[in-house]
Amino acid sequence: MIDFEPTQEQKEAIDIAHEFAEELFRPVSRYYDEHEHESPRELIDKTWGERNKGTLALGLDVTACLRIEELCWGDAGLFLCVPGPGLGGAAIFASGTKEQLSRFLGHFNEGDPKWGAMAMTEPGCGSDTSAITATATRDGAEWVLNGEKIFVTWGKRAAENPGGLVVVWATVDKSAGRAGMKSFVVPAGTPGMRVEKLEKKLGIRASDTATIIFDNCHIPFENILGSPEVKKVDKGETKGFKGAMATFDATRPVVAAMAIGVGRAALDFIKETLRKQGIQIRYGVPRQKLTVLERDIMEMEANYKAAKLLTLRALWMMSQFQPNNLEASMAKAKAGLAVTKITQKAVEIMGPLGYSRKYLLEKWMRDAKINDIFEGTGQINMLIVARRILDYSRDQLR
Amino acid sequence: MISFSPTEEQQMIVSMAKQFASGEMRKIYRQCDENGAIPEGVIDTAWKMGLTSSSIPEEYGGPGGEHSAITGSLIAEELAWGDLSMAMHILCPALFAYPILEMGTESQRKKYLPLFSDEKYKAATSGLIEPRFGFDPYSLSTTARLDGNEYVLNGEKCYVPLAAEADLLLVYAAEDGTSHAFIVERDTKGLEIGEREKNMGIRALTTYELSLKNCHVPKENLLGDPRGYDFNRIMNCSRVALSAMAVGVAKAAMEYSRDYAKERVAFGEPIGSRQTVAFMLAEMAIEIDATRLMTWEAAWKLDRKEEATKEASLVKTYADDMVLMVTDRGVQILGGHGYVREHPVELWLRNGRGFATFDGMAIV
Ligand SMILES: Cc1cc2nc3c(=O)[nH]c(=O)nc-3n(C[C@H](O)[C@H](O)[C@H](O)COP(=O)(O)OP(=O)(O)OC[C@H]3O[C@@H](n4cnc5c(N)ncnc54)[C@H](O)[C@@H]3O)c2cc1C
Repeated sequence: MIDFEPTQEQKEAIDIAHEFAEELFRPVSRYYDEHEHESPRELIDKTWGERNKGTLALGLDVTACLRIEELCWGDAGLFLCVPGPGLGGAAIFASGTKEQLSRFLGHFNEGDPKWGAMAMTEPGCGSDTSAITATATRDGAEWVLNGEKIFVTWGKRAAENPGGLVVVWATVDKSAGRAGMKSFVVPAGTPGMRVEKLEKKLGIRASDTATIIFDNCHIPFENILGSPEVKKVDKGETKGFKGAMATFDATRPVVAAMAIGVGRAALDFIKETLRKQGIQIRYGVPRQKLTVLERDIMEMEANYKAAKLLTLRALWMMSQFQPNNLEASMAKAKAGLAVTKITQKAVEIMGPLGYSRKYLLEKWMRDAKINDIFEGTGQINMLIVARRILDYSRDQLR
Repeated sequence: MISFSPTEEQQMIVSMAKQFASGEMRKIYRQCDENGAIPEGVIDTAWKMGLTSSSIPEEYGGPGGEHSAITGSLIAEELAWGDLSMAMHILCPALFAYPILEMGTESQRKKYLPLFSDEKYKAATSGLIEPRFGFDPYSLSTTARLDGNEYVLNGEKCYVPLAAEADLLLVYAAEDGTSHAFIVERDTKGLEIGEREKNMGIRALTTYELSLKNCHVPKENLLGDPRGYDFNRIMNCSRVALSAMAVGVAKAAMEYSRDYAKERVAFGEPIGSRQTVAFMLAEMAIEIDATRLMTWEAAWKLDRKEEATKEASLVKTYADDMVLMVTDRGVQILGGHGYVREHPVELWLRNGRGFATFDGMAIV
């Protein structure tokens, strides 16, 4: 049955997450925006505790994403400080064995806060993930990793805090192209892995975005996710790469959920300001009678709704074990662009209040933009949608 | 629980409507548009499927199925995908029947609903839109004045589908500034049906202007008692229905131009393998899906008898823009070939442009 009512449990999850967003995130939002690379210690400890109790569990399901929307309504940069296996965990879930799941993630709800990261992007390639140059070479019972990864979210926290892990994509056979691409789990503190620098960014400044160097970094042979074999299939896809793609099908709706949280923060701020001014948005009035302001706000609200419903659908399909590659990219493409536009329009509408750092709106505009870039840019997600609906391979539509 | 899966029953109705749309409507829609007429046979066939009458309760001679805006939206999308003119013609009786079903007094339900449980298509319609700039359903120029035991109606309506064929009309008029609905039978004195209208699109559907000149109807013909009547709900049903139909029209245009883009070769490659064209199609697909989900959400609110004005008006405006964007690109992707009437994309653009104008199509 078509239904849009969250379960009682989900409603409670939303309420709890919203409370954290209001009480834990918002009060320090500006501070950590202006003190880049400083760690929000209290927030980290508190959310780690709540996460392990289950109150702030952040997985890849509908409930988790409803929570994520709320937390990012609070602050998207701070949300990216919340400890957990993160994108690294998602990659392990997508292609790890049962044994690996328990070995790598089993300890993720005990002890001190821990993070997981996923390192794909390199200085020479981002969107074109098949062009990575980092290498993994077999050396007896070990793999030896070499290469440079950039823009790794949670990179520093994952690589340096005990118990953390970084999932690294590298090629075991350059001549094999995509088929040679494999992912490897590197535990925090492994010799040969070092954090080279932290980026300074437009937004989500509380989130660490690290460059990680792998210099003869040795890891056990069993730390490869998926099969070590390189199977060449005529031009087609292969397993290693499919692992990367399966990860994205799961994580793109999550990024979309983050995005809509930021978009809603901006919308709520405008509406609250208007309410205080006694200005009401008149729904149901014919278009030609609406003010420009009403039209703008309705368009923003509709776009928010469109993004949110596409996101929920992609997540729901995942929960039904239905393939959601098309729908995940639809949601991500729509949400990334929608919130970019919503927050930019919001700054315009609010005039001096929008541009001033006295309020958080200008920050949300800066934060929102990342959602149209990471986990596949807007263009890359459009490309995936287009390939799907046209039934084209990546060679037919580049 | 959040879910995007129609019920089994809905899936059955949808597949029936889909089959009818591709098997019957798509065979003749171009010719219908050119001729400005729809063969009676198709309308009768559609009527026999019970798409409209299925929700009439048993006590009024119907099969007593559930009346649901979600189901209605699913059907409306499929039929509009087949052809918008035919879809509106097929569903037109609901413009009269559904407000009576949902809001009519007991005696109105007794008197009129059985007529729609008949084997044969029963033409009935409603008139809301008025031929003037700045039309607003919440502030109608057509007036109703109580005079003893009768209401006296005065004013003009336009875009009234099937007005000449219908025996029963639901006419919207303002009484003391509030929009109400009045049952007007075809032969009521003072009701004049004008000439058939000529529109940019929906050319196969007959629509008329009509004027009401001191048109007297019995007091009991006021729709519902004041407690049962909810004009806003009727408007919201219309918004949801039109949004669903916009999705159907847009989907037709997207599919056709997508298939064309894979066939048509320019500069040595199918045009679909160029991002400029492929990204247009991707955006069309995303916006179609987004609008459908928003339509469902508003319909879901209606089915729960919740206030749905915000959702319904947001999606209607969104759908108006979406269907124009999509059908325009449908023409663009075919280039000059899209502009000639050999291909259907120009028809969908003409029909798609209409949604911002259409109003009062409460057929869900
Ligand atoms: C804050 C932040 C956090 C990040 N976190 C991570 C992380 O945790 N792990 C990780 O691996 N990466 C991460 N990234 C990297 C991110 O995923 C990439 O930046 C992104 O995929 C784009 O790659 P690029 O920057 O190299 O841009 P490029 O690939 O060089 O793209 C440049 C432009 O060209 C467009 N373009 C490229 N190819 C095509 C095409 N075929 N068709 C049409 N347009 C195209 C793009 O859309 C973009 O507009 C992060 C980045 C940032 C900024």
